Amino acid sequence: MSTANAAHSVVEPSAGTRRFAGSLVILYAVITMIPLIWIVLTSFKSPDDAISYPPKVVFSPSFEGFCNLFTTRSRQTPEFIQTLGPPQGLCDSIARSRNMVVAGPSNYVPRFVNSLIIAFGSTVLAVALGTLSAYGFSRFRVPLKDDLLFFILSTRMMPPIAVAIPIYLMYRTIGLSDTRLGMILLYTSVNVSLAVWLLKGFIDEIPREYEEAAMIDGYTRFQAFVKVVLPQATTGIAATAIFCLIFAWNEYAFAVLLTSGNAQTAPPFIPIIIGEGGQDWPAVAAGTTLFLVPIVVFTVLLRKHLLRGITFGAVRK
Amino acid sequence: MNDLSALSRIMSEAVPIQPGVTRRIRGLSDKALAWLFITPTIVLLLAINIFPLVWTIYLSFTNYRANRANAPTIWLGTDWYQSILTNPDIWAAMQVTAHFVIWTVLIETVLGFCLAFLIDKKFRGHGMWTTIILLPMMLSPAVVGNFWTFLYQPQIGLFNYVVAFFTGRSASSFQMLGDVTLSPWAIVIVDAWMWTPYVMLICLAGLRSIPDYIYEAAEVDRASKWRQFWSITLPMALPFIMLAVLFRGIENFKMFDMVNLLTGGGPGSTTEVASITLKRAAFESWRTGYSSAFAVILFVTVFGLANIYVKALNRVKSR
Repeated sequence: MSTANAAHSVVEPSAGTRRFAGSLVILYAVITMIPLIWIVLTSFKSPDDAISYPPKVVFSPSFEGFCNLFTTRSRQTPEFIQTLGPPQGLCDSIARSRNMVVAGPSNYVPRFVNSLIIAFGSTVLAVALGTLSAYGFSRFRVPLKDDLLFFILSTRMMPPIAVAIPIYLMYRTIGLSDTRLGMILLYTSVNVSLAVWLLKGFIDEIPREYEEAAMIDGYTRFQAFVKVVLPQATTGIAATAIFCLIFAWNEYAFAVLLTSGNAQTAPPFIPIIIGEGGQDWPAVAAGTTLFLVPIVVFTVLLRKHLLRGITFGAVRK
Repeated sequence: MNDLSALSRIMSEAVPIQPGVTRRIRGLSDKALAWLFITPTIVLLLAINIFPLVWTIYLSFTNYRANRANAPTIWLGTDWYQSILTNPDIWAAMQVTAHFVIWTVLIETVLGFCLAFLIDKKFRGHGMWTTIILLPMMLSPAVVGNFWTFLYQPQIGLFNYVVAFFTGRSASSFQMLGDVTLSPWAIVIVDAWMWTPYVMLICLAGLRSIPDYIYEAAEVDRASKWRQFWSITLPMALPFIMLAVLFRGIENFKMFDMVNLLTGGGPGSTTEVASITLKRAAFESWRTGYSSAFAVILFVTVFGLANIYVKALNRVKSR
């Protein structure tokens, strides 16, 4: 579109306007990135550097935050530490410089693994159910189609806390509280509405003639769906899957209310990482950094489909 | 599009009549397949969203307490609804929520639209900078919100340092999260930081949907840039802006995670948005019946407001 109109200079902004607009946007982008950069910087600070005033931008990097994130430590007397052998690994030597010894692994890794299992499990389920339903809504005449679609969307409008009250009771009754399966089912039910709406948009864009040609060639409707529609919808399915993953990965309200140990994911865990005398900010920052990196990667991958995803497919470019 | 789908429907209905093809169509009929495809989703939503909702409605009429499950359940009728709607604390929470929703949506819409307007000038590298700007909204509001408590620390926080640097006040002279007047704004700032990109992205789509020839015609008619903005750009982008406002409004009305981690509703109850009040009643004082009634009221409110708004949106669209 822009190339076709390039000749019409009347509507193209002048070079000066562009430069002015560009510098304002870049200024906003830089300001908005400061908190994120600060998270990453803090994760490499020693506890003293992290809480110094004025805040330090230049500091000597330390892995103490990451060590504290992955280990638990216990305080010992210097005499006792003298009796131990040489420190085992970087984290042990950092701990010993603070008169502590590494007591064992922290809960971060299990929580992170829970996040992975629950996010991927619910994404696979939501996308599978969503693809089937989206195809059904896109291609067949379903009675009350608009009402069903609206019903599916409306489940997303409920405040999570309001849903959590009966879910808590229900899971307690059927033994799903604080289980990964329970969280997977719950996140699937939240994500499936997004998946149906997004995928219906993507499947609507695939011409029906493709399947009809395949069916005339002898495919059944189901075979045509699997062999013709699914390959065509790969991009849409992938984009939808990433949106579901991001939601499940970021979710906090259900996780904090419905899980305590077994199935707890990382978001409710990271804020409660505490060290001696309050929050251990370098460790919190390290946990946050590791938790955010996958999302940053996914956002860059998704940038072409972001608009569709965040508006439930209501706005397409 | 409609003609095309009508055509293909006629074709698909016509297909089985051809004798050569009928023989080859095996397996399930379209109708059976449609239900087979849609039912699992509906069943899941019925089990995990609708059944609990119905249960909530039932509980809202009883004195049930989740921590005393064996106590006899007494039917109370609409007692909880009456006591909630006349409870000044609930109205205070609704006011806090309204303050939060109105200010965040206002700031995000103005800032987001301005950003979209600037990005639409297509300066060099606008794609990369757009992606960078979008990052905050993709991140976990809980995890990032938690980190903002560090930025807001009065002695050591970066936010206080920057404010002190530019205003000359002492960095420890104000507490963003501990002060009764500042804390409602502290949560607004974090939300605006996270969600301005969201509004920006939708507004950008709106601006890009305006065809160039309209501006060309305006140029021919010698309309000033200012006039073009008010008579073309803003009215044509308005449905998109309203869509963004709708989505942000609903999301922020339900806001829980970020506020819970930033202030937990405090100090006192100055930032106690409706979701926090609900959480306190449901999971701290275990007043399950009472909190169910409140949950129903909240849900009806969201649903009602959203419906009214969608009607307005459609009116703007059809204009």
